[in-house]
Amino acid sequence: MDFFKRHFLVPLIAVLGLIAIAYVGVAANLQFVFGVVIPYLAVLIFFEGLIYRAISWARSPVPFKIPSTCAQVKSLPWIKRDLGDRLDNPENKWWAMGRMALEILAFRSLFRNTRTTLLRDQEKPEDSRLVHWSYKWLWLGALAFHYAFLIVILRHIRFFTQPVPQWVTALAEVDGFVQFYIPTVYITGVLMVLALLYLLARRIYTPNLRYISLAADYFPLLLIISIGITGILMRYFYKVDIAAVKQLAVGLATLKPVVPAGIGSIFYVHLFLVCVLFAYFPFSKLMHAPGVFFSPTRNLPGDNRWNLHVNPWNYPVKFHDYMHQEDEYREAMIEAGIPVEKEK
Amino acid sequence: MAKLPTPAELIQINYQMPSKGWMDLKAEMRPGYYVNAAAPKWMQMIDYPFPRAWNVADEDWQLPEDWKERVLQGMEDRLQRFRSLKLFFDICVRCGACADKCHFFLGTGDPKNMPVLRAELLRSVYRRYFKTAGKLLGELAGARDLTDDVIKEWFYYLYQCTICRRCSVFCPYGIDMAEMTILGRELLASVGINIDWALASVAQCYDKGSHIGATPQAFKDMVDFLAEENERITGITTPCPVNRKGAEILFVVPSGDYFADPGSYTFMGYLLLFKYLDLDFTMSTYAAEGGNFGWFISHEMGKRLNAKIYEEAKRLKVKWILGGECGHMWRVCNQYMPTWWGPIDFLEEPVSPITGTKFENAKVHKMVHISEFTADLFKHGKLKVDPQRNAHIKLTFHDSCNTSRGMGIFEEPRYIINQVLPEGHFFEMPPNTIREKTFCCGSSSGINANENMDIRMLGGLPRANAVKYVHEKYGVNHLGCICALDRATLPTLLQYWVPEVEITGITELVGNALVFDDEIERTTDLRDRPLAGFEEADEEEGAE
Amino acid sequence: MPEKNVAMALNDLLLQKKSDILDRWRDQVFASYAPETVRFLRSQKDRFANPIAYQLNRGLTGILEVFLEEAEAEQIMGHLDEVIRLKAIQEASPSRALAFLFLLKTIIREELAPQANDPAFAAELSELESRLDGLALLGFDVFMQRRERLHEVRVSEIKRKVGALLRRLGMGDEFFEEPSGEE
Ligand code: HEM
Ligand code: SF4
Ligand code: SF4
Repeated sequence: MDFFKRHFLVPLIAVLGLIAIAYVGVAANLQFVFGVVIPYLAVLIFFEGLIYRAISWARSPVPFKIPSTCAQVKSLPWIKRDLGDRLDNPENKWWAMGRMALEILAFRSLFRNTRTTLLRDQEKPEDSRLVHWSYKWLWLGALAFHYAFLIVILRHIRFFTQPVPQWVTALAEVDGFVQFYIPTVYITGVLMVLALLYLLARRIYTPNLRYISLAADYFPLLLIISIGITGILMRYFYKVDIAAVKQLAVGLATLKPVVPAGIGSIFYVHLFLVCVLFAYFPFSKLMHAPGVFFSPTRNLPGDNRWNLHVNPWNYPVKFHDYMHQEDEYREAMIEAGIPVEKEK
Repeated sequence: MAKLPTPAELIQINYQMPSKGWMDLKAEMRPGYYVNAAAPKWMQMIDYPFPRAWNVADEDWQLPEDWKERVLQGMEDRLQRFRSLKLFFDICVRCGACADKCHFFLGTGDPKNMPVLRAELLRSVYRRYFKTAGKLLGELAGARDLTDDVIKEWFYYLYQCTICRRCSVFCPYGIDMAEMTILGRELLASVGINIDWALASVAQCYDKGSHIGATPQAFKDMVDFLAEENERITGITTPCPVNRKGAEILFVVPSGDYFADPGSYTFMGYLLLFKYLDLDFTMSTYAAEGGNFGWFISHEMGKRLNAKIYEEAKRLKVKWILGGECGHMWRVCNQYMPTWWGPIDFLEEPVSPITGTKFENAKVHKMVHISEFTADLFKHGKLKVDPQRNAHIKLTFHDSCNTSRGMGIFEEPRYIINQVLPEGHFFEMPPNTIREKTFCCGSSSGINANENMDIRMLGGLPRANAVKYVHEKYGVNHLGCICALDRATLPTLLQYWVPEVEITGITELVGNALVFDDEIERTTDLRDRPLAGFEEADEEEGAE
Repeated sequence: MPEKNVAMALNDLLLQKKSDILDRWRDQVFASYAPETVRFLRSQKDRFANPIAYQLNRGLTGILEVFLEEAEAEQIMGHLDEVIRLKAIQEASPSRALAFLFLLKTIIREELAPQANDPAFAAELSELESRLDGLALLGFDVFMQRRERLHEVRVSEIKRKVGALLRRLGMGDEFFEEPSGEE
């Protein structure tokens, strides 16, 4: 089996295996394990791992201030810097926070993406020229997925709360505003799966992406796609008893777990996959989410020249001082008319 | 007998991804693509470990007995000291946004030149020895053993990276291969693997004061010669004080500006400018090198070479420092220098003696960029220039990676260019190949050696393509830059790809255009080429 | 002049097939560009969307154009150079660097397979073959020029590195005849 197949098939089999485990488990009446024990465990691992990692990053020193300066630096007062410049090369921590916000909320850097393409030359139509053209599909796909995912998660709050907060209901209403099917179709759920399929497809079909992709790249994609699909199936096709699900969820949230009878096994599959995602999160590349906040090329202002950065482990180094040079060349220096410290 | 290959078999180019996974693909050391191993004498001069004579083409690189422990220990150590490394190892999602942004990948099609894969070369070892999943699952978790083939691969590909940061601009998390490349090179150096070109420059700079290894008297001789050249061409005497105590300003340039062409013409421009202003400055035989090849091989060596700038400013009791046109000098000065040596309380906050402008953006750092300094002069109308003297030049401007992505100087040089060139003589290259997205010259970071010319030409191809475009479209015949390495390497690159275009520093253009009251009639530029209107029978080459 | 007519026919034939020949030639030169599985997904345009393929494409098109028009050697040199300036630094040996020219020979031979055994074309065919050989030989010249150029840029870089010093020593002029004027 070649590299790609191994790295693609193993996660695929793993995800199918996880689905099977949940099915078998529920068939064996392990509802309590899958509905209570595993969720608690997963949440525990998630927070522990997350906090542990975040602390380990936060603890490691930032010896140098090395932001990527993606626009004109603040220099002479009359050198113009527009809003974009200030965000791409922040002059202080407030602007740096702005830059971070733009990175996190709008994937600023991904927005810059270019691709090399051929364009027909305007003046010489028989000729084409090579340009590094703006390419926004990755940005769009990534943004669509992340926002859809975020909203899907927020909508889930309605299961865990009693009464359901106003804003969650409102969110769900907005999400489901295009009514063409009963029950109301939430756009984000579908969008999330579609965006994920796009991300997966590009990984498989773009030769260089496929070449760099590892099992760790396919696994979260396949996992979340499966979560999305089981969710959609559950909502629109194999309906489960929502009241019972809510009872379970509220029980979990209030630390008084109950396992109501009669919830379809597809629900347990969905839940189990979510648990796996949670437990897997802190050990995986999904940590890019908290990680991006720590990135020293993005979260620091480009103000080295007017704001001293201190390196906690700065240490003295060995170098030759000026006298080393003068001692070696004194006579020649005097002869050449170069001022010296000691005329011998 | 072996079958003769068919033409089809002989053709193997392009961006195809090999059928073998990258972990199974051994790096083949191709002549013309790597820089020779460092000679032991350079390593001894700077106390580098394991000096020995060896060849990259050798099967056995004579690594020290415990090389593996050293590398892993070094990695652990750096993971603890650099948040950047730890983070960049952990959070890459392999989205591929950086993949086709590297000029080496665009120029060679070698998948291991995609920044993400260059990083994976290191990361895979990190996973294997520092992550549980990697320890347990091995290859499936993207982990692999550290073998001497891996070391060779690191060497080959970490020295096919010019630390230019183009990848980092496009990465959604700002993952900076440049940072990892330096740290990776440090790991290689810790087991005695260095490149000769960089180490020779470093050792000579460490020992004598400049990369070229010139003595103080030779330095003085050179700057005096360039001053005489100025006098010959303009009739203006442009003295260059050296090691003069009590001057207001210490002027630091890379050695390329007084030894190499065409940097020397930029140097002549500096001297003309300073004479015009009667600036109270001095140069130094000790801080005779602003460039810093040390930083290309390790943070520590960068610091050891950088020491002399502030040291000399202190000894000569100047008020502040003025830095010439140099890319990596400025990246080092901007990103590291104050942190290495700060706070800098023996100097004063820089103030232009001519315009009174306070350089508040340099108030801690105490060093001003010549482009800032000159732009400020123009803004205040302090310089009288005749742009027609640059009428033989059609210019495009190359943003050097270092001043662009490691500092953010874009506008000042453009402002100066517009003052000293006749209108309509300046043309930008296509948008995604300039400014923060600028393409590297392909030869920076200590790999501008002679023996790896093939890879340099390929790495510089994206840059050359953009130059060729403006050359064909607008008749551009000069490429301006504010970087001494560019002035060293771009002439070579363009001689191969676009021989009609020459390289010039920006201050050279200022020097051409400056009008002195008592100058002799100028019929040539600083390079002794006839000015527009003074050509004899033979036409200027390259001009339309 | 029956012979001339035959010749015209042969050349016309090739000119008619020009775009086919070019396509096949490019295909083979880029044979390894896209793995089989993804080829169908990549538009024709995309395939040249990188500096290498772009440069190659320009050169190959030019070579074929000029070759079929039976142009003079000088005209074809420039187009050969477009391709070979890249190959000269990409490939380890002249055999690899110039293989692309021999591919053309094979392709043309295949395109003319129906005519190959027709005695009426024999003379023309053998002339064509020898022109193709000539093309390959020119290729070697260009290759050598490019390697030579690479050597020149090396030497001139070394000189430039201490260029000011050489001028200082009065050795400037003979070194600083820029090689740029030629070509
Ligand atoms: C906070 C800022 C975040 C940024 C800037 C960010 C950015 C990105 C980007 C650029 C990708 C690449 C898409 C690709 O792989 O092709 C990605 C993938 C992904 N992100 Fe995020 N992300 C963020 C937060 C999150 C969060 C909170 C999650 C929660 C689970 C998450 C989960 C994922 C997943 C599952 C993928 C798909 C992985 C893959 O494509 O292989 N991200 N993210
Ligand atoms: S752009 Fe950043 S996250 Fe994406 S593959 Fe490159 S280094 Fe990794
Ligand atoms: S720093 Fe520059 S040379 Fe190095 S990998 Fe990134 S883009 Fe390529």
